[in-house]
Amino acid sequence: MKMGRKSGTALRLTFSYIILILIAVCALYPAVWVLLSSLRPGTSLFSETLIPEKFTFVHYKELFTNQSFKYGVWYLNTLKIATLTMVFSTILVTLSMYALSRFRFRGRKSSLTLMLILGMFPGFMSMIAIFIVLLQLNLLDTHAALILVYSAGSVLGGFVVKGFYDTIPRSLDEAARIDGATHLQVFLKIMLPLSKPMLTYVALTTFTGAWVDFIFARLVLRSKENWTLAVGMWDLVNSYQNSNFTLFAAGAVLIAIPITLLFVFLQRFLVQGLTSGASKG
Amino acid sequence: MNRHRGIAATLSVLFMGLGQLYNRQIIKGLFLIAVKAAALFYFIPNLGKAIWGVVTLGENTQRLEVVGKLTVRVAGDHSIYLLISGLITIFALFVFLVIYIMNIRDAYRTGSQRDNGEMPATFRQSWAHMTDKKFPYLMLSIPVIGVLFFTIMPIIFMIMLAFTNYAAPNHIPPKSLVDWVGFDTFLNLLTLKTWSKTFFGVFTWTIIWAIIATVTTYFGGMLVALLVESKGIRFKKMWRTIFILPYAIPQLISLLVMRNLFNGQFGPINQYLSYFGLGKLPWLTDPFWAKVTVIMVNMWVGIPVSMVLIMGILTAIPRDMYEAADVDGATAFQKFRIITMPFILFSTAPILITQFAGNINNFNVIFLLTNGDPVKGDYQYAGSTDLLVTWLYKLTLNNSQFNMSAAIGIIIFIIVASLSIWSYRRTKSYKEEDMIQ
Repeated sequence: MKMGRKSGTALRLTFSYIILILIAVCALYPAVWVLLSSLRPGTSLFSETLIPEKFTFVHYKELFTNQSFKYGVWYLNTLKIATLTMVFSTILVTLSMYALSRFRFRGRKSSLTLMLILGMFPGFMSMIAIFIVLLQLNLLDTHAALILVYSAGSVLGGFVVKGFYDTIPRSLDEAARIDGATHLQVFLKIMLPLSKPMLTYVALTTFTGAWVDFIFARLVLRSKENWTLAVGMWDLVNSYQNSNFTLFAAGAVLIAIPITLLFVFLQRFLVQGLTSGASKG
Repeated sequence: MNRHRGIAATLSVLFMGLGQLYNRQIIKGLFLIAVKAAALFYFIPNLGKAIWGVVTLGENTQRLEVVGKLTVRVAGDHSIYLLISGLITIFALFVFLVIYIMNIRDAYRTGSQRDNGEMPATFRQSWAHMTDKKFPYLMLSIPVIGVLFFTIMPIIFMIMLAFTNYAAPNHIPPKSLVDWVGFDTFLNLLTLKTWSKTFFGVFTWTIIWAIIATVTTYFGGMLVALLVESKGIRFKKMWRTIFILPYAIPQLISLLVMRNLFNGQFGPINQYLSYFGLGKLPWLTDPFWAKVTVIMVNMWVGIPVSMVLIMGILTAIPRDMYEAADVDGATAFQKFRIITMPFILFSTAPILITQFAGNINNFNVIFLLTNGDPVKGDYQYAGSTDLLVTWLYKLTLNNSQFNMSAAIGIIIFIIVASLSIWSYRRTKSYKEEDMIQ
């Protein structure tokens, strides 16, 4: 009887490991494939083997030297837009969600409901209107427009942050208030240090959001030297899919690496953010 | 005794800031007068035109006129600019009215303080009051203005568009005017053969897609989470990191990569199939297989998120429940069915609904992977894998059918909103928000 259970467990474990490995292969394969393709000589999508016979960095070099393909400029554009968006949205989101979580004031409940409802409109339903507003403000084809719109929109996604502030005991700030701290001091000295995981989460998501958005960027940015990476890569895939695949692969690797590394290193915060959003709805 | 408040309030009604000056709050009063002057300067020339623009959407079309011996093209009214600038003016007026009312109330309140023999607050005191008692309003003022002009105003604009005939080829400014048409757009969408066939086709696929996508990623994620967390599995952390990777790669990149991976002619997937002596599959070019492909790719993208969520919940299940079950001699499967499964389902039910709503709006997977293709001949500007959102996007950006896309947007909103509100009202954070503290 005991033997039976033991071999049963072994069987179950082997079976589990086989499935785990299969899933792992599926999860990793696309990434590995792109990475290896980017190191392959030639330009075509088709290749006899997964692992190239010869490794080359020529495609990476080409990204930055090709005149018609302004990858370096796009990279800097994207970095600028994403960083500024991250800074502004993090400030806006934390301040406003802190206010919504901590204070009981008139119009609070209705603001929360309104936020929820606004979040349900398909985002680009407002595209045309924003486009015309930007046109009239003379902001089309500028990076400022993107930063402005991304930051203004980020507040609507702040429910997770509000949920987080809800869980910090109110006795903390009440004690500080009794000691004579102003609201701003309470926020800066007590709440901010406590909300480091949340800040990381917001910063990370807003940064990646701006880093990869192409729907809106494509609408606003008209001239090629103002493009972001997302627009450029989409254009590359759309216009010459098979003829320039390895170049695309190299570009894709360079876009994905910073984000992927950030995610893997900040996994802990990410998981906290996701799950705290979950239990709070 | 109570004359101050009456006089101050009346003065503030007459001209913003006068009441404050009367109450000897000089800085505040001057500031408010400046605001009012700026407002008058802006509204007097603009307000009438704004209302006229929104009501009529312009009256003169572009036309040719003979001036002396030359024929000159005279620009007509641009209905869409009129509508949007009218909306902006009305929104600004709304903001101004709020300030105006606050100004009157402030004058009245300060006046009554004086009636009671108190000194009116100095500017410094008012400022301190603002940052103390009105702190949340101060914090929220900038985001609120941002949301007002970049979210609410555009949404109202789009809702209004659904009730116009703004569409190619006959009603595109500046060439021609746009008119209000009431519910005609919705009627056409639902009853006009060409539109209704596309609408119901795309709608059905959107719902089927949302159900399958939600269920597959949810149970896939649960399976992976349970496997990794099950007893006896080693290197749990390594497995977790590997499985999170698809989530960490930006969707834009992974989806464009997938599009190449599934390429029918040169893609490696078909290459492997032919190694095993199987025929090539039309992954992205056949209507049925394209649907299978988007669902599979969506699993790849979506399973990690569910996995992370469910792992979080697994750790929260109290251990003693399992111990009690062990004492009663429950098998592993019974433990799963009676403890684990209900626990997970119970805590993730609201997320499941949010994910369902999210999948209805899942623009990225469809647009980047198949672009809504393969094309379906009898559809109006849509392909076989198009969801309502991607169809909306194409209608706006490629086909200039602005009124139809606005109407579709409203329909999507109604579906998503009713689902989300229903689920939100069931969550703890709505019911017992103030009980946590």
